[in-house]
Amino acid sequence: MSDVTVSKPKTTRSWAWLGIAPFILFAVMFLILPTMHIIIGAFKNQQGEVTLDNIRNLFQPSIMASYWISIKISVASAFFGCLIGFAIAASVTLGGLPKWIRAPLMTFSGVASNFAGVPLAFAFIATLGRLGLVTVLLKSWFGINIYAMGFNLLSFFGLTITYLFFQIPLMVLIVTPALDGLKKEWKEAAQILGASGFQYWRMVALPILWPTLLGTFALLFANAFGAVATAYALTGSSLSIVPILLFAQIRGDVLQDPHLGYALAFGMIVITGFANGIYIWMRTRAERWMK
Amino acid sequence: MAFLDLSNLQKFYGTNHVVKDFSIGIEKGEFISFLGPSGCGKTTTLRMVAGFEVPDQGAISIDGQDVVRLKPNQRNIGMVFQAYALFPNMTVAQNVGFGLKIAGKPKDQIAERVTEMLALVGLKDFGARYPFQLSGGQQQRVALARALAPSPQVLLLDEPLSALDAKIRVSLREEIRNIQRDLGITTIYVTHDQEEALSMSDRIVVMHDGIAEQIGEPFEIYNKPASRFVAEFVGTLNLIDATVEDSSTGRVKVAGQHLELGRSLEAVNGATVSLALRPETVRLGRIADGDQTLTGLVEEVSFLGSVVRIKVALGGNHIVLDTFNRTISKPPSIGDQIEVSFPSESVMI
Amino acid sequence: MSKKIWSWLALVFGILYFGLPLLGTLEFSLKMRRGVYSLDAYAAVLNDPQFRATFSYSVIMALFTIVLGVIIVVPTAYWVQLKYRRLRPFIEFITLLPLVIPPIVVVFGYIRLYNTSSWLPLTGSAMGTNILLMFGYATLSLPYMYRAVDTGLRAIDVRTLTEAAESLGANWLTIMTRVIMPNVLVAILSGAFLTFAIVIGEFVMAALLNRPAFGPYLQIMGANRAYEPAALAVIAFAITWACMGLIQLVTRFQKFSRVAR
Ligand SMILES: Nc1ncnc2c1ncn2[C@@H]1O[C@H](COP(=O)(O)OP(=O)(O)O)[C@@H](O)[C@H]1O
Ligand SMILES: [Mg+2]
Repeated sequence: MSDVTVSKPKTTRSWAWLGIAPFILFAVMFLILPTMHIIIGAFKNQQGEVTLDNIRNLFQPSIMASYWISIKISVASAFFGCLIGFAIAASVTLGGLPKWIRAPLMTFSGVASNFAGVPLAFAFIATLGRLGLVTVLLKSWFGINIYAMGFNLLSFFGLTITYLFFQIPLMVLIVTPALDGLKKEWKEAAQILGASGFQYWRMVALPILWPTLLGTFALLFANAFGAVATAYALTGSSLSIVPILLFAQIRGDVLQDPHLGYALAFGMIVITGFANGIYIWMRTRAERWMK
Repeated sequence: MAFLDLSNLQKFYGTNHVVKDFSIGIEKGEFISFLGPSGCGKTTTLRMVAGFEVPDQGAISIDGQDVVRLKPNQRNIGMVFQAYALFPNMTVAQNVGFGLKIAGKPKDQIAERVTEMLALVGLKDFGARYPFQLSGGQQQRVALARALAPSPQVLLLDEPLSALDAKIRVSLREEIRNIQRDLGITTIYVTHDQEEALSMSDRIVVMHDGIAEQIGEPFEIYNKPASRFVAEFVGTLNLIDATVEDSSTGRVKVAGQHLELGRSLEAVNGATVSLALRPETVRLGRIADGDQTLTGLVEEVSFLGSVVRIKVALGGNHIVLDTFNRTISKPPSIGDQIEVSFPSESVMI
Repeated sequence: MSKKIWSWLALVFGILYFGLPLLGTLEFSLKMRRGVYSLDAYAAVLNDPQFRATFSYSVIMALFTIVLGVIIVVPTAYWVQLKYRRLRPFIEFITLLPLVIPPIVVVFGYIRLYNTSSWLPLTGSAMGTNILLMFGYATLSLPYMYRAVDTGLRAIDVRTLTEAAESLGANWLTIMTRVIMPNVLVAILSGAFLTFAIVIGEFVMAALLNRPAFGPYLQIMGANRAYEPAALAVIAFAITWACMGLIQLVTRFQKFSRVAR
């Protein structure tokens, strides 16, 4: 874009800075500085000296276990969120379902993807809790007692199922426009060149969708990894995923070491940052063919 | 039976009867155009040949084999789409090699064929580019190379040039025709552009409302249109109202002037008929003895480069005629009274 | 037609998975009185002074957050569009950061950075903490607000509009309020409703900053009561639905008025 400021250089330039100044100030004070403070704090001890002790202390079994279960839940809910969300979006866009289904689906996805937090936990307690609708119905209609079979809402599996309630719709919202962007002619061109439906998906459609899928996966991962409210309302502190551990630490210093709290938070940033880094790296590779 | 045989094809979309009893036999190596206004069912017919649509009735056979049951990927047909439809995630070479890769050909064989095809369409050095780095005309060449690479039995092109600029259209249509002739591939070419159809085809199918109105060589279609629709759709046509004076000798009256058509007419004396004349058969002035002559006033003169198009008013009728632009004679100006003449055989009724 | 069967299967699965929890919650919320369905749980919730206090608190916070968000986002998006195209990737990166940095980390940073012994002791007073919470909420809504407004600005030709207004001698404030704002109003409203939905139920920031907001109230109810939480979940779902419905409504209204013009 050519430089518009050329015509009247002085006045516009001094103004223009003012236009984005509030934004920059806001971003620095309430997003960047607080995050930097945590990161730097992770490398300092109580006396303010630079140290790696905090990071080293993260590698104790209980904290590692927390990270591990957090990562497992986030990966699982992001993966199945992508998979199921994709299946639903594909059914509606390409699967030949009636057209009118689409609008309500998109509206509902908008609602459900924002229906997270504490109320979501209530909804799943009322459904899959010990006295929940589905639990009771399964027991009285089919004689299946899921709790006797080892199901527990306050577990890896239960939390993953719960998180899917906002993960799937988020995927639907993002991937539906991407699926619309697949041109009918691509499929037909592939077919007439001899490709089966599977080959078309593997060689044409999926590579085209790849950046979107990767991006959504990273987003869903971060979304689940940072979520506190649902898990906290579901489990109290009994399921020790990282954000809940950090929550307890901030509230009452349960680790008895404030700087270990910094390190814990730093670890969260590293992991979500890492997920997004992988995403950006793979996307630049996948996007060579884009403008 | 012809190499590519379509017989009695019918297609409905709901209650919309889009293709009505369409038949044609196409010989091996022939270049056939489907010509018609948009919405007349050309694409639908082509897509039935490709296998994207299933005919409600009728048969399609290629080289004696019935293909109606076959899926598009089993028909060994090449197709070029209007909007290029190149795979954006693949390089030009990968696009061209796609069909061969699907067929499981070894890598070196694919590479060799890709090079050959790219040379054929004049894009030898473009193999490593992505489609977005090419112009529309180049993309369409790649699409052609991609369609031809697996050596299909039949090539289908659906308005392949309509998204391109006029200049590229003309050069590319010659190129397509040359490649087709070199490879001897049986080809169906869909277009709504009569010039394209006339200049490229061995035979033309003029379609109207799902029906093949006429099938014939370009010369025939242009000069002996089988119906009023064909006559009007192909080329420019002058239509003049005339009153029949003597149907046995073919004497008619136009704007108070008499014409002798020299053949008997079907209409009764006193009836009004329309006479149809191609602009290029009408000459300025009185030239040959046997010609019919009319006098009128020049209403419009448009200079089209090598040709000058003159519109002449004849009572309530108009005649448009084309004359070559010669440096020695100036064209008439508006308001001049002039004579126009034409051989009586060139008058279509 | 196996494709169609799979599609229906996927859809039915979706309807079951999303329908059952909603149904379960609704059913549970009506079961407070033994043996019959009743609205007792809702009555209990609505008559709870805590509910009213926390809900009003969150509504007010949401409104302030929206205003703050508009002040931060609109001029920036406008400026980036008009003069600082080169900054776009950078600004977009910043607006996406809240999706990467977990809110709990951000609020942890606030607590340490703006505590009573710091250079800006916001957490020292209730009002200061409210303001801090409002900024926190603004970071949460930043990605959505920015995207909505940016898309809205792209749809209109900001540069032409601005030049037209400038040639008529309008100053910056006039351009902003009279020309740009009305044109991106729909985008702002969409962002605003989304912000509202986010703020109303937000838990972590309010809980850690110790403010009496609706989210922490929900959590406390969940820990101590049986049927009221289900009723609250139904109410929360209805609020979210209303916000999304309003977004659709304004968007549709805009399409309509665009065509009518
Ligand atoms: N998939 C479809 N469903 C319903 N009607 C269609 C479909 N495709 C084409 N038609 C209708 O069939 C008619 C012929 O279309 P088409 O074969 O595309 O015409 P052409 O290629 O000659 O312009 C048109 O009236 C068009 O509206
Ligand atoms: Mg067509």
